[in-house]
Amino acid sequence: MSHRDSNEKANPLLTHNFPARAKELCDTRSAVRNFLTHCGCVSTTVEDVVLAIDEACQNIIRHAYQGETDEEIILQIEREGNDLNISLEDKAPEVGSDCMKPRELEDIRPGGLGCHFIRQVMDEVSVGPSPSGRGNILRMRKRLE
Amino acid sequence: MDHQIKEEQGNHIVLLQGEVDLESSPKARQIMLDAVGRGKKILVDLASVTYMDSSGIASLVEAFQRAKKKEIGFALVSVNPAVLRVLHLARLDQVFIIHDNLESALNADL
Repeated sequence: MSHRDSNEKANPLLTHNFPARAKELCDTRSAVRNFLTHCGCVSTTVEDVVLAIDEACQNIIRHAYQGETDEEIILQIEREGNDLNISLEDKAPEVGSDCMKPRELEDIRPGGLGCHFIRQVMDEVSVGPSPSGRGNILRMRKRLE
Repeated sequence: MDHQIKEEQGNHIVLLQGEVDLESSPKARQIMLDAVGRGKKILVDLASVTYMDSSGIASLVEAFQRAKKKEIGFALVSVNPAVLRVLHLARLDQVFIIHDNLESALNADL
């Protein structure tokens, strides 16, 4: 994990690489919480962004990698003015943009809420092929009030 | 995640503590389904749950639906604001019976 503090030229940046395993998510949430608090985000924003990132990581583990693996998830968060730009990159087979469609909430059943949470708390969400040529990249933007 | 099971006034009280996430939600699910299997009213105390994701919510929904099928009362008690926020996002705060504290939950008819 690297954590670069703000200076006159650089935006605050968090980079956190970890294996796609459920046991890694607790430390990932802590790293995100610490970074966003350091960036001056209010607690409701911190918890919303933590939830979106956690849900996105779960989707990568369950659906992109189709189960836990030592393959990496690469998380990057950058504060740019009043925006938080977040990316999550994997090395899994291509998933396509349909993977981020939320389900109907009227259908009360276990599961399938992750995409709904992400879309509720983030301002922009998109998924596409990774620029590295292998895997997918999920980009999310959160505007800070 | 830690948990405790208590019995009070004929109710099973399931206290969950800590973070309920992808790693711990299978355990939370089993604890609640086991409690439902005992056939008494279930009160799930979430005062000490500091984080819950969609997999934790799914465990609650599954236990709630299993209890409903068996005509057993099922309610949430003292829900931590962080968990209440997630229930609200899923619009499940209008589906679950939620009590502010254990005393009101024990006195309520389910």
